[in-house]
Amino acid sequence: MAKAKSWLEPHPHGLYVKPADLWIDPSRPVERAAVTHGHADHARSGHGAVFATPETLAIMALRYGVDVEASHNQAFAYGDGFERGGVRFSFHPAGHVLGSAQILMEYAGERIVITGDYKRRPDPTCAPFEVVPCDIFITEATFGLPVFRHPPTGHEIAKLIGAVRAEPDRCVLVGAYALGKAQRVMGELRAAGWDAPIYIHGAMEKMCALYAAHGVDLGELRLVSETDKAAMAGQIIVAPPSALNDRWSRRLPDPVTAMASGWMRVRQRARQRMVELPLVISDHADWDELTTTISEVNPKETWITHGSEDGLLRWCELHQRKARALHLVGRDLEEEA
Amino acid sequence: MKAFAALIDRLIYTRSRNSKLALIADYLTHTPDPDRGWAIAALTESLDFPAVKSAMVRTLLATRVDEELFRLSRHFVGDTAETAALLWPEKPIPFRGGVGVGSVGLAQGRETPPAATREQSSQVSLPSPEGEGEMSVARAVDALSAATRATAPAILASLLDRLDADGRYALLKLALGGMRVGVSARLAKQAFAQAFDVPVDDVEELWHAIPPPYAPLFAWGEGRAERPDLKDVAFFRPFMLAHPLEEATVDLADYAAEWKWDGIRVQIVHGGGETRIYSRGGEEISAAFPELVAAFDQDAVIDGELLVRGDAQGGEAASFNALQQRLGRKTVSKKMLAESPAFVRVYDLLAVDGNDLRPLPWTERRRQLEAFVPRLADSHFDLSQVIDAKDFDDLATRRAGARDAAIEGVMLKRRDAPYVAGRRAGLWYKWKRDPLTADCVMMYAQRGNGRRASFYSDYTFGCWSEDGELLPVGKAYSGFTDEELKWLDKFVRDNTLNRFGPVREVEKSLVLEVAFDSIHASKRHKSGIAMRFPRISRIRRDKPAEEADRIAALLAMVT
Ligand SMILES: [Zn+2]
Ligand SMILES: [Zn+2]
Repeated sequence: MAKAKSWLEPHPHGLYVKPADLWIDPSRPVERAAVTHGHADHARSGHGAVFATPETLAIMALRYGVDVEASHNQAFAYGDGFERGGVRFSFHPAGHVLGSAQILMEYAGERIVITGDYKRRPDPTCAPFEVVPCDIFITEATFGLPVFRHPPTGHEIAKLIGAVRAEPDRCVLVGAYALGKAQRVMGELRAAGWDAPIYIHGAMEKMCALYAAHGVDLGELRLVSETDKAAMAGQIIVAPPSALNDRWSRRLPDPVTAMASGWMRVRQRARQRMVELPLVISDHADWDELTTTISEVNPKETWITHGSEDGLLRWCELHQRKARALHLVGRDLEEEA
Repeated sequence: MKAFAALIDRLIYTRSRNSKLALIADYLTHTPDPDRGWAIAALTESLDFPAVKSAMVRTLLATRVDEELFRLSRHFVGDTAETAALLWPEKPIPFRGGVGVGSVGLAQGRETPPAATREQSSQVSLPSPEGEGEMSVARAVDALSAATRATAPAILASLLDRLDADGRYALLKLALGGMRVGVSARLAKQAFAQAFDVPVDDVEELWHAIPPPYAPLFAWGEGRAERPDLKDVAFFRPFMLAHPLEEATVDLADYAAEWKWDGIRVQIVHGGGETRIYSRGGEEISAAFPELVAAFDQDAVIDGELLVRGDAQGGEAASFNALQQRLGRKTVSKKMLAESPAFVRVYDLLAVDGNDLRPLPWTERRRQLEAFVPRLADSHFDLSQVIDAKDFDDLATRRAGARDAAIEGVMLKRRDAPYVAGRRAGLWYKWKRDPLTADCVMMYAQRGNGRRASFYSDYTFGCWSEDGELLPVGKAYSGFTDEELKWLDKFVRDNTLNRFGPVREVEKSLVLEVAFDSIHASKRHKSGIAMRFPRISRIRRDKPAEEADRIAALLAMVT
C-alpha cells in the first residue's frame, strides 16, 4: 500500500494530489481543481479546469461566471468519478448544501476521503451524507468543541414560527447565509407547514431560483423590494446576515431580528450580533456528529482541515485515534456556519 | 425551572425596557409561589449561596468532562456558567456504534438528532418526585441553600443531571449570580406593579422589608391579603424626586432653596435594631459605607447626599470622581476608608423616634431636622444649609457664582409640601448650573441598540491638542432629534474612512457642540480629561473643524 504522505500533500492553500497534478478546494487559482461545494472558501474563480458535481458547477457558474459548458470543466453525479494519474476520484453526498460532495480518492490500494464541509442531520434541500469507509478521513471541524450541540432543527423552526405568530404586527427577519442556509430555512419552514409566501432579500433571488431549477421546491418567494411594508407584517423575511442591521431593514415592519447559525448556541455570540431570536440551525456537523462520524468511518488516521481543530484532536487523543491538523488557511467560518 | 430558563433566555436577547417588563410581568402572573419569588430574587441578584462558587463548578466539571476540552470550551465561550451548562453530559443512553466522551449515536437518515434523543431518555429514566419531570426553582434553591462546602458538588451534580442545557444555564446563573440580563431591582419592581396593577411606590416600600421569596408581597398583589405591616423593619421609603426647572421662576416665599450636591442620594434607615443605607433605586449599599452604618445610631430615617471628603478640596466635599471610587464595592479597605472618608449632608427627615414625618409640610420637617442633626456624630453627618436668598434674582446670581466642585445647582422645595414618593408637579424643582459646552469634532460612530440598531447613533468626538492632533474627549448618544439623527447617520455613512466591526471612523470634518455638566481630569484618556453627562447640543455644520475647541480650553473648565 502506498503511503498517503507520498501522494497527497497538505498545503496552507489546499490539498495537492501529486500523481494527478490536481488540487482539492484550493484557495488560489490553479490549473486543475476538484471542488467539494460552492461556498467561497472552497470554490474560487480562476481555475483552469474544475471537477465537481453538476450542482456545484452551476453554483460556480452563477457566482463566479465559471463556464459550465466548457469541455475542460467536468460534472459528476454522486457515485461517479474519473481517473487521473492512476488516482480514482469519486463524489459522494456530504449533506452540507445543494451539490456538496465528499471526494474519495483511491490510489495504490489506499483510500482517502475529504469531506469538505458536512452535516449529518436531514436537510430538505440536499442529499444526505454517506459514510464512505477509508484509510484516511480528512474532516472539517467548524464546531469541534463539545459545547456545540445543535438542537433538533424542528425545535428551532417551531421557535421561529412561534415568534411570527406571537407578534402579528411585526415581522421576523432571519439572517441566513445566501447559499445553503437560506434555502434550508425555507425548506424546513415548508416542511413544518408554513405555506405563506416567504419574503427575500434581492441578493438571494438567483440562488433560490437555482435551487428550484434543481428540483428543490421552496414554495412561493417574493422580493421585499417589490412588497409594501404593511403587507409583510406577520411574515417571515430571509436576508443575508449582513443586511440584518443595515439600512435595508428599515423597509420592514418593526422586524424581530433572528439569525440562523450554529454559533447561536453560545449566548454571548448571539448577543454580540444584536440578535433577538437566535436559531441554532447549522449546515455543519456539531460535536456529536463529528465524533460519531469519525467512529463510524473508523479510519486509520484522521486529518482535520479547519475549525476548532484543537478540540477534535483532543477527542481523537482520548480515543486513541491517530490524528493531525492541517491548518488550511482562508477558510471563513463566520457567516455560513 | 423550564419557565424560568425560558424567561432568562428571552431577557438576554430583549433590549427594549417595555418588552422586558412585559416578559417579567407575564412570568409573575403565570408562575406559582414560591418559584416566582425565588426567580425574581435571582434576576435582581438578591440570592447568595456561599457554598457554590465558580471554582467549585470547574472542579465538579472536571469529574465529568475532560479538563482540556473544558479549557478550550471555556476559552471560546468566555463564561464559566454557560460553558458548564453546555458541556455537562446528558444521561448516557444506549445507541449503536459505541462512542465515548459526550458522544451519542446518530441513526443515519432518520430525524433523531442527539438532543431530542437525550431529552426523551432523561424524562423516561428520571421519574420526578414532583410528578411531571420538572424540577421547580424552589426545589433548586432549597437544595443549594442546604449545601455545605462538602456536600455542594454532589448536590449541584444531581440538580444538573435533571435539567436540559437551558435549564442548566438557568440553574448555574441562579447559583453563581452574574445573571447579566439587564434587570435592575427597579425594573423588577415595576414589572411586579404592572403584573398585579398595584402602585409601584407601594411595591418599592414593601420590597425591602420582605425577604425572598416575597410570599406576603404576592398575596397582597393578588388581593388575597392585606398590605404587610412594616413595623420594626429597616425598610426603604421611595424617594421624593424633583422636576427640572425649565425657564420658569418661583416665588421664594413659597419655595425654600438648598444647594444641590453632586454626590449620590441616599436614605439611611435605622429600625428594628439595624441600620441600612439605600441608594436612589432602593438598592442597599450599606456594605460599601460601613463607617456610616456604624455612626448612625438614632431611631430615624434621613434623606441626604452621600459625599466623600478629599484632600484636594481641603477636607470639603470632593467631586463626584472621588466618590465613584467607593461606589459599588462589596468590601472597603482601610486605606480607602482613610483616603476617601464618606459623610452625609442631610436635607430631610422622614421619620424619627417611631413617628412618620412624611405627611408633614417641608417647613415642619425642616424644623425637626435642624433639631435632630445634632444627635448625629458631626464627623459623618452635617446639615445641608438653606440658601438665604433675598429673591429669585439673588438666587440666580448665587447659583451662577457657586464655585464649589460638589455643587451641581440649586433645589427648590415647596414649603408646604409633604414628602411624597416620586416626581410630583410643582413640589420640588432642580435647577442645575448651566451646562458647559465645547465645540468638538466627530471622530468615530457606532451603531445604537434596539430601535436605533440601523443608525450610527453613538459618537466619539475630540478636540485639538497643542500639536494639532485630534484627541478623543468623550462619547455621546443623546441630545439630538430624530431628524438630526437621520442626518448624522447619513453623514457617517457618506464620510466613512475605516470600519472596525460595528465602529466607523469618519472624516474629521463635522463640528458638534457638546454640552456637559462638568469636566474632570482623567488618566484613562489620552486627552487627560473626562466629561460628565456629555450630550450633543447642536450640530455645527457652519463651523470648520479647525475652529473646534482646543484641549487647553477644556482643561480650564476642570473642577
Ligand atoms: Zn461550506
Ligand atoms: Zn467551509
